[in-house]
Amino acid sequence: MRRGRESPPARTRSSRAVREAALGYLLVLPALAVFGVFVFYPFAANFRLALYQTPPYPGLPSRYVGLHQVGQVLASSGFLQSLGSTLLFVVMVVPAGLLIGLLLAVAAHRRLRAMAVYRVIFSSTVVTSVAVSALVFGTLMDPVVGLLPWLGLNPSPPILQNTTWALPAIAVMSVWQFLGLSFIVMSAGLSAVPEEVLEAARVDGASERTVFWRVTVPLLSPTIFFGLVVATIYAFQTFGQVDILIGYSSAAFEHVNLLVYDILDTIEVAKTSGQAAVLSLALFCLTLGVTLLQLRLVERRVHYAA
Amino acid sequence: MADVAFRGATRRFGGRPAVERLDLEVADGELLVLLGPSGCGKTTALRMVAGLEEPDEGEILIGGRVVNDVEPKDRDVAMVFQSYALYPHLNVEHNIEFPLRRRGVDAQRRRQTVREVAASLGLQELLARKPRELSGGQRQRVALARAIVRQPRAFLMDEPLSNLDAALRLQTRADIVALQTRLGTTTLYVTHDQVEAMTMGHRIAVLDHGVLQQVGPPHALYDRPANLFVAKFLGSPGMNALPATLEGTTAHAARVARVARVDGGHVPLGDDGAAAAGQAASLVVGVRPEHLALSPSGTLEAKVLLVELLGADVHVLCQLGDQTKLVVRQDASAPRPAIGDGVRIVVASGSVHVFTGGSGARLGGPG
Amino acid sequence: MRPDSSSSFGERGSGRRPEHPGRRPGRRPGRRRWRLAARYTLLTIGALVVLAPLYLTVVSSLLPPSALAERPPPLFPLDPQWHDYAVAWSQGDLGVYLRNSAIQTAIIVCGQLVTSVLAGYAFAFLRFPFKRALFVVFLATLMIPFEVTLVTNTQTISELGWYNTFAGLTVPFLATGVGTFLLRQAFLQIPRDLQEAATLDGYGRLRFLLRIALPLARPALAALGVFSFLAAWNQYLWPLVVTGSGNGVRTVQIGLKLLQGTEVSRTDVALAGTVIAVLPLLVLLVVFQKQLVRSLTAGAVK
Repeated sequence: MRRGRESPPARTRSSRAVREAALGYLLVLPALAVFGVFVFYPFAANFRLALYQTPPYPGLPSRYVGLHQVGQVLASSGFLQSLGSTLLFVVMVVPAGLLIGLLLAVAAHRRLRAMAVYRVIFSSTVVTSVAVSALVFGTLMDPVVGLLPWLGLNPSPPILQNTTWALPAIAVMSVWQFLGLSFIVMSAGLSAVPEEVLEAARVDGASERTVFWRVTVPLLSPTIFFGLVVATIYAFQTFGQVDILIGYSSAAFEHVNLLVYDILDTIEVAKTSGQAAVLSLALFCLTLGVTLLQLRLVERRVHYAA
Repeated sequence: MADVAFRGATRRFGGRPAVERLDLEVADGELLVLLGPSGCGKTTALRMVAGLEEPDEGEILIGGRVVNDVEPKDRDVAMVFQSYALYPHLNVEHNIEFPLRRRGVDAQRRRQTVREVAASLGLQELLARKPRELSGGQRQRVALARAIVRQPRAFLMDEPLSNLDAALRLQTRADIVALQTRLGTTTLYVTHDQVEAMTMGHRIAVLDHGVLQQVGPPHALYDRPANLFVAKFLGSPGMNALPATLEGTTAHAARVARVARVDGGHVPLGDDGAAAAGQAASLVVGVRPEHLALSPSGTLEAKVLLVELLGADVHVLCQLGDQTKLVVRQDASAPRPAIGDGVRIVVASGSVHVFTGGSGARLGGPG
Repeated sequence: MRPDSSSSFGERGSGRRPEHPGRRPGRRPGRRRWRLAARYTLLTIGALVVLAPLYLTVVSSLLPPSALAERPPPLFPLDPQWHDYAVAWSQGDLGVYLRNSAIQTAIIVCGQLVTSVLAGYAFAFLRFPFKRALFVVFLATLMIPFEVTLVTNTQTISELGWYNTFAGLTVPFLATGVGTFLLRQAFLQIPRDLQEAATLDGYGRLRFLLRIALPLARPALAALGVFSFLAAWNQYLWPLVVTGSGNGVRTVQIGLKLLQGTEVSRTDVALAGTVIAVLPLLVLLVVFQKQLVRSLTAGAVK
């Protein structure tokens, strides 16, 4: 049996606090270990790798070249090509994906008959993988068995080999695949708009159109910014469709060499981890930039609202 | 069952004492009410007994044993929370049964006990319901049931009635008293409501700013408050406090009635009051509203500010001079003054308490 | 702009309304019906466009090879052929890939739930030094896309000898910043009184977690579970990298790529494989729509 008088209360509390803290660290540890090994360490390693040039033949030691390699990669025509394609791709996918999602969300945002069915349909593409969307659209666009040629869209060389059409084709399937998420996010944003505010605007005599543009959309803007970031990051990370449908063998490859594909290519084929690290950091900066931009926009809007 | 004691118990939050050197004993089977305004430390004191707070200094004893480093779960006390803290995902039966599961009671016995306790609180029809399907009063009873089911050594109740409406509160007050009497379990009951304290407590301990002001049976606190704080806190409305100066001082003339000069007139001090007042430089005299009456022969001159009819009683709020206000309680049958009337107030003899002007400590008075 | 005819009346400024109180009610039902019809038309067109690619895929996968090139394409498989599914299953090794995907997904979902519950519990209920800083570290993982860590992660997996193993496939994803955040939020919703009541009732930290906190956090757990399932099942880049050689642990997504790549002539088989790969998730969507929506919008509503 423990007896109270033997240990003064202050000591007890500190030992209890130590035990609590130890338990806290223990519980956080598993996740932290995974993050440490597979997120933070490899992320940080990019900064070191970027400074070393990997020789083209395995077995040779890599050479410290400082920022030389960074400049070299960022100025290379390959990177600029890839960056250009990626940005172009973002421009094709993001506005379309968000606008269509918003449109469908607004249309389905009423308590009407059969609305649940429409909602499931509109959200459905969220469960499709890049591989699924690539196969589905690859088939539709196939010059032999596809439907697009039959519908009259049959450029030569075929769409996915075509330097003009390959990127838009990938963009279309990406918009489709992103639509589900876009719809879900927009719908959630719409249901978060308080009904009383809309009713107040209607009572004040605003037309439905005015209510939508002057009340709903401003109130929805945090959601739209959020969607913007999600969509942009999604577009930046696109890889699977290119890998499955284009690949090097395609004549259009140089025009569809999206950044992530370029990174993987540099790792696996060129085996120059230094260059791959530079590309990775470039991708990180793009992602970070978009996120910070969103934070700033939201902040400004909040100030404006207050 | 067991007695509970605080010995110099102190608990600070960020350097500020919430409870300061509390010495208090709760006898076995007693219902002691910890009374005070919000932030006075009464809940902290209760939580120290539960083990949810540890005292920075001093000791907590349960059943004569220091429990400072005994885990809450091993203290064998049950607590009824202000929010009731029912488990929302469990039905009434499982909520009540919850504490038993950890005490090695077999399933058969548990069921039996839960049913008995539920029946004693009129909950037998509700066993299958979830807390959100219950009314406030029903939830409160489930919380009580969960506390009594394991027959703890002490009950700790933290404002258990504050979320009930007025009528239900009255009923539940009586129920809790009856329950406590039947079970005879030592109970620490925290409230800010002096009516609850007066009607329920065997004894009341009044706390202010973490410091124990007075402890004793309700009538003792009411009749002989140890200081101005207790005097004003007990009673509804509380005792009137009038800053005063002594008049007609003759050092040896104990038989000569002395008076205290206050705003708007004077108050005659009784013999004991006068003796107690002694040579004090500044005084406050206290008179309960029921010991005042409107009468043309009164010694205090006042102006009526407000007249409140409460049914059987009428409270008349009066202004004395520039600074002082007081409340007179009269029967509803008595003639009522109008707002703005000039009135005179008479003080019943032998009803004047005397406190020091500085600390507010009691110097003397009736009782 | 049209002249002030009665047909444009409804769209004009509200200031006019009081002047013609009697006319509006008569016109409104017609307008409303027209609008409703327009809305349903838009919705239906949208639904058809969204559904068409998948629908055509399902139909084509059930057509006999001869009908595949028919134009216009048959919109309903009058004589469904299950042969392609059998081929995809056996020759395309889809059965093996499905099993691998199921194992991979199960490991990731369970792992993420466990690590998120533990860390979320610590962040919500325990006091320890640097808690806030650590939480920021957890959230910081959201800022680093997985693609950015690819260079070194491939090396790490290689050094650990984890190529073509379930370990290599799953371990990097056994923790999640979003999941930890979600569960921490859910735990913080639990009133302090409940914890203390449980403590006094004799329940230690572990029992409190199991008997009170987890049941109360069920919606968050479900949301996280569905979300991880979706993300894990649909992974493409990482499985491609770590299952490069051999069928041992190859997942169904990579299997699809192979169906497309190596058997170009068998489009119908590839389509059957696609249907097989997406089917579990369509079921998931219909059954767990609410949880899915909750998890996908966790960041938006924050």
